[in-house]
Amino acid sequence: MKIVKLKKSNLFLFLEIISKEADLWAPVKKSPDKHIFEVIEDFSKINLDYTRTILPPKKIMLPANFNMFRASSTEYTPDFSHVNKKIIFGIHPCDIHALVTMDKFYSHEYNDPYYQRARDNTLILGHSCWPDEYCLCKSTHTHVVEEGYDLFFTDLEDTYVVWIGSSRGDDLIRLKPELFDEDLTDKDIQKFSKRREERDKAFAKDINFEAMPDLMELKYQSPLWDKLGEACLACGSCSNVCPTCNCYNVEDKPILGKNCSNISRCWDSCTLENYSGVAGGENFREKRSDRLKLFYTHKLQSYISKYGKPACVGCGRCIVTCPVDINVYTVSKSLDGEEVDTFWNRLSKEVTK
Amino acid sequence: MNGENKIKAPLNPFQPEPARIVRTYPLTDDVKFFQIRIVDMNKALSFQYQTGQFAMISVLGAGEAPFSISSTPSRPGLLEFCIRKAGTVTNALFQMKENDLIGLRGPYGNTFPVKKMKGKDIMIVMGGLGAAPLRSVLLYLLDNRDQFGRVMLLHGAKRPTEMLLREEFFSLKEREDLECYLTVDEDDTGEWPEDVGLVTQLFKKLGTINPENTFSLVCGPPIMYKFVLEEILKLDIPKDQILMTLERRMKCGVGKCGHCAIDYIYTCLDGPVFTYWDVIHMRELI
Repeated sequence: MKIVKLKKSNLFLFLEIISKEADLWAPVKKSPDKHIFEVIEDFSKINLDYTRTILPPKKIMLPANFNMFRASSTEYTPDFSHVNKKIIFGIHPCDIHALVTMDKFYSHEYNDPYYQRARDNTLILGHSCWPDEYCLCKSTHTHVVEEGYDLFFTDLEDTYVVWIGSSRGDDLIRLKPELFDEDLTDKDIQKFSKRREERDKAFAKDINFEAMPDLMELKYQSPLWDKLGEACLACGSCSNVCPTCNCYNVEDKPILGKNCSNISRCWDSCTLENYSGVAGGENFREKRSDRLKLFYTHKLQSYISKYGKPACVGCGRCIVTCPVDINVYTVSKSLDGEEVDTFWNRLSKEVTK
Repeated sequence: MNGENKIKAPLNPFQPEPARIVRTYPLTDDVKFFQIRIVDMNKALSFQYQTGQFAMISVLGAGEAPFSISSTPSRPGLLEFCIRKAGTVTNALFQMKENDLIGLRGPYGNTFPVKKMKGKDIMIVMGGLGAAPLRSVLLYLLDNRDQFGRVMLLHGAKRPTEMLLREEFFSLKEREDLECYLTVDEDDTGEWPEDVGLVTQLFKKLGTINPENTFSLVCGPPIMYKFVLEEILKLDIPKDQILMTLERRMKCGVGKCGHCAIDYIYTCLDGPVFTYWDVIHMRELI
């Protein structure tokens, strides 16, 4: 691995040089505790002092709604207008892991060209982070990255230690090599190791993910799922904010008077009511509890057997988003037999009173 | 031998091919028969499917949905479908006439294990629209008749007018190498020449079954499975020699949109053909 140093005061200059021919996406502060990824016009808007963005970077690869085809009855013309050259700067390890999971998912058996082309045109510039009370990435082993990025910036007070993760990343450095220092001092290495040690100790929550596949099997009939189903609002927010949720719907939108259509693709969620409904009225998952079971089977169980790790990357977004406390933490803890203080536990106590 | 580049999947697996409705006519009040040919001759020939697979059909302005292929790969060229009017896409399909263009892509999904079935006795049980996917494998067996043992067909419908492809089945009854039994729950025409009663009552007509040597293929409405499976299990046919084909919502056919997920599998990739063992092993299948 090639590792270099960059003075913090040179960061904007570097970003300016590399983003001349690409959209630069980076975190921007929207309210005291909300950040989002946005296309940057003004570098001073970049705010790296964040824990998680509202929506994960999946929105940059495959927008919530985009066009797949412009279609007439004689021709279906693919539309790749969502693809352009992009650089994502400031992305955290959990979200990089999510992209690596998506890379595997979208190339499994059939290659999804809408994802693949967007991914091929995007450079990933990661940035170090510090956990808050909701971060679970140490439990999911996604708090450090070994692949999936082009450059990774670790914040060491006045400098960044920059890990070069790909040949494309190296090309970026070579655009202005004089900004970078190849000599890492012992002091730098000490600082780096100390930071890592302290960060490892800063995690407040943990989940025993190794136990989850078995527990999902053993507790499939548990009344826990009915309790969760009672409380779930079936709003789909958990899917929207989850960096590895990838379900989508397809719509044929006729263009009036033209005898052609836009075939578009939009995010969907397995927690929504008609997710498993078929024509003729049959719905294979009418119950909210059944839909939640599918969601958590995918997060905690099936990806482990398919891709060797859970679909959850521990970003904590479902924890801060679900209005009724149904999230990967409370569900895992409950499966593990712990009583957690949640809206739905209080609700079921109220009902039994 | 000249090397040949075999492209497993097209560059864009979501891209429909324009296809022409060659022939369409009603089978029952709400089911129509469609014969379809992909317009581009090379692509029509490269559409190589096997029994049990499905295709995605799209109608411009209405959308796209999955349909079982009812024709057999042993008669290449035209693709056939039995389609019930049930939703937006099928409503639009029913408005279309011969020579109209639709979009088609596939084939998708797994297949009936015809290689494993070689030399075995085959019992096909179909009810209602279950005839759509099972007709493919039935015709395949008949086209390769010498490779299989007994071929038995049990077909049930609610009423005579609701039996799909009844003329075709009447003429198949003439064949001596096919044990074909047709039944209706009730005969409201008074002219039904075959059995009256549930499809489960046909099992006693089959005589002695050699369970180890028999594959049973089942497809029909959800209510039918329970009773038919009971009969089949009574015969001691091994659980992994009982095959069914299932329906799910699908938006892609290639394991990306998520809608057909069951447990840890996708019906479009790992199905739609499942064994009875799959069904009891993987909750949620039926």
